[in-house]
Amino acid sequence: MSSEQSREVARPGDHAGVPDRFDNPGLPAHRHRLTDADPRAAKRAERQVSLLFAASAIGTVIFLVGYFAFPLEDSTFGELQKSTLVLGIGLGLALFGIGVGAVHWAKTLMPDTEMIDERHPQRGTDEDRQAAVDILALGAEESGVGRRALLRNSLLGAAALAPIPAVVLLRDLGPLPGAVLSETLWEDGVRLARDPGGVPIKLEEVTPGSVFHVIPENLSESEHPLEEKAKAAVLLIRLDPELVEDDPERAGWDIDGVYAYSKICTHVGCPVALYEQQTHHLLCPCHQSTFDVTQHCKVIFGPAKRALPQLPIAVDDEGYLVATQDFTEPVGPSYWERG
Amino acid sequence: MSQNLTTRAAGGTADFLDTRLGASKAVKGLARKIFPDHWSFMLGEIALYSFVILLLSGTFLTLWFDPSMQLTTYEGAYAPMNGQEMSAAYASTLHISFDVRGGLLMRQIHHWSALIFVMAMAVHMFRVFFTGAFRKPRELNWVIGVVLTLLGLGTGFTGYSLPDDLLSGNGLRIIEGILLAIPVVGTYVTFFLFGGEFPGEVIIPRLYIIHVLLIPGIILALIAVHLGLVFAHKHTQYPGPGRTNDNVVGYPLFPVYTAKAGGFFFIVFGVIALISATVSINPVWNYGPYDPSPIGAGTQPDWYILFLDGALRLMPGFVEFTLLGFTLSLNILVPALVLPGLLVGVLMLWPFVESWAANDKREHHLLDRPRNAPVRTAAGIAGIFFYLVLCLAAANDLIATAFNLSINDLTNLFRALVIVGPPLVFWVTKRICFGLQRKDREVALHGRETGRIVRTADGEHFEVHADLSDEDRWVLVQHDSHRPLELPPAKDENGVRRPGARTDAVRSKLSHWFFDERVEPATPAELAAAHHDGHAAEAIEASETETSGRQVVGSAGD
Repeated sequence: MSSEQSREVARPGDHAGVPDRFDNPGLPAHRHRLTDADPRAAKRAERQVSLLFAASAIGTVIFLVGYFAFPLEDSTFGELQKSTLVLGIGLGLALFGIGVGAVHWAKTLMPDTEMIDERHPQRGTDEDRQAAVDILALGAEESGVGRRALLRNSLLGAAALAPIPAVVLLRDLGPLPGAVLSETLWEDGVRLARDPGGVPIKLEEVTPGSVFHVIPENLSESEHPLEEKAKAAVLLIRLDPELVEDDPERAGWDIDGVYAYSKICTHVGCPVALYEQQTHHLLCPCHQSTFDVTQHCKVIFGPAKRALPQLPIAVDDEGYLVATQDFTEPVGPSYWERG
Repeated sequence: MSQNLTTRAAGGTADFLDTRLGASKAVKGLARKIFPDHWSFMLGEIALYSFVILLLSGTFLTLWFDPSMQLTTYEGAYAPMNGQEMSAAYASTLHISFDVRGGLLMRQIHHWSALIFVMAMAVHMFRVFFTGAFRKPRELNWVIGVVLTLLGLGTGFTGYSLPDDLLSGNGLRIIEGILLAIPVVGTYVTFFLFGGEFPGEVIIPRLYIIHVLLIPGIILALIAVHLGLVFAHKHTQYPGPGRTNDNVVGYPLFPVYTAKAGGFFFIVFGVIALISATVSINPVWNYGPYDPSPIGAGTQPDWYILFLDGALRLMPGFVEFTLLGFTLSLNILVPALVLPGLLVGVLMLWPFVESWAANDKREHHLLDRPRNAPVRTAAGIAGIFFYLVLCLAAANDLIATAFNLSINDLTNLFRALVIVGPPLVFWVTKRICFGLQRKDREVALHGRETGRIVRTADGEHFEVHADLSDEDRWVLVQHDSHRPLELPPAKDENGVRRPGARTDAVRSKLSHWFFDERVEPATPAELAAAHHDGHAAEAIEASETETSGRQVVGSAGD
């Protein structure tokens, strides 16, 4: 029908009556599948679907066999891998078989003639809308919420106050920050110890070019060792003092070219654990902030802004490296009140 | 006999349900509801099914997982860590992996489903965006979808942090650094979340309850609304012959989609099980328990957090300021909080902005072919490009190592690309859309190239163009082309500024940006003209059969 229509439309020289837009030609004629026309094809499809369901059952058996074949008692890593593999393949097959079977069933044997549902606008009819407005107005009128201002206002006030306990209750989630973010375990006389192990480090052990991961020796006695470590971790580096820029403010903070810097990145707090010996750069593996040790760990690339704080160190009577004071500024990521 | 019994039993059950729940009305209203068929409609299903798999596998994991940061000494099947101190969370994760049969498989199923869950939501969102399925009346469902995606990121990240291994602990440390950067209240937020200083002893149990109850509960509720609205609106459909804005053409929920969609759940679950059986993911025993000091190089978060990590890597540090004794870390705030906030804002507002610019208040149930909405498509592709650059930037260390490049050069390249790239991609995509639209017009008016070259008696060569059937042509010509809104004069005849003139000016500008350049769909008149005086080829082709030089249009459909 529509085909005839466009034949009409296309007559040359007769543009009067040509519509502005094409017409929807309507659903094309349905094409039957092989399984609709040929009972043998339908039977074949039925067998295929059953075969897939059977494969699923086999998968379940494989899973059960795997479960009991690998008891995981005193087993090796290899056995764990085998167990995971067999259980997973069994489970996968059990599920996949059902799934593919059901879809194949739907596609080959269930009707594939397209059907049509009509749509209706979301909007209610004008009568519906008027009725809704009337109901709401009536309800509001009946409740008296518009007339009784005292009632309404006192409810609003009470409802505004009621959530306050919910907020107040959250107060004990944690302590107030106070000044703890700017304090670490380091103080005059605290020995620099190896991380891990906690063995104190002697100056002579720090050969040129070497790097030590350092914690305060008193860390293990601390009440909260992880929290303290998260602030107090330090990198110890020895390099030729000639290479390092002169900074009178830091005079006496190093000893014989042994420098101690906070290991906590001033960006978002990852450990700055990568040291490049050739260039004397420290690199944070999380976001690649790069600090130049020869410039007192100034940022030379990446998203961090501030230099890594330096820990002033000295040698005690027994030759061990010790801090002479805490860091002179907060370590780690920036925060509003750090200044 | 047994048949009879079964029938009676079924009848009894049905009666029981109907007299108590009114089941017959639900079956009558829903069971034969028509859904259209298209592969791209299954993307949202994948998201739904992987969420169900997450609930199942996650429940299994909770039977052994101990969300506690209490230090304990590990004794279990994983020999290399025997005697080591670690949190109970990490130890119980090792226990699930090494001592519980199928435990490692379930952990891997849980983790893979999480990655696929977020991925499916993202790709489903792309489908909805590029086909304009978010248009009226579905704007609110689009907003719910954006919220669901965000919740997916949230539940993914909280779950990633639970094993308390070295990698996830460093992830939490980065979160701490980001929260600290919030102006004024950053330290308070951090101390309240972690119960004091990082890492503290409460963050894992707190994240646990958020991960297993709070967010999944909200997701479940929103999924119910999301799907309820799909039923209420009836599914959108692609344009085609017989498909109109007032109907939906497809197959009934029962039995066809019960089998297809139900079967698809098993397929998704089966495939995830097979992946989890064969591909290891998050082997936490290789990383060790969390310790604030060590870290591995080349560490990346799960894929859906990559864009945030990449943004953090690209932002240069010099934008941190100290003013009046207070520190404002824009180098962290902009990539970690402002940028995702902007992305979410643009996504949520897009449907409303677009309909405002088009002054389009109609309901839309027929999907757009992406080429027919060039600005939307170009903006979407530009956005995806922006997102992908950020994702790649989060792997800048891996790329630099693999290709032996300078990480600084690579980072600078990504910095340039993230700024220059999207406008360029926008322009290119828009050009491609117009190119495709012109091609559509060409094919609609002049038929399809057949590759058959014919030589006429006069020695002239031409390629025979085959006519389109009405059905095929309909797909190419059915769409609307919006025109930009014209600006009414800002002042009335008395020279008085009209209220709202400024808003109208903005709206008109936006509308021009959207719709200034456009290719109109071919019309019947153009088709007639094309056949009348159009290309020599068709004229000659036609003249072979009919001296009038016409007859082409009606030959459709054979």
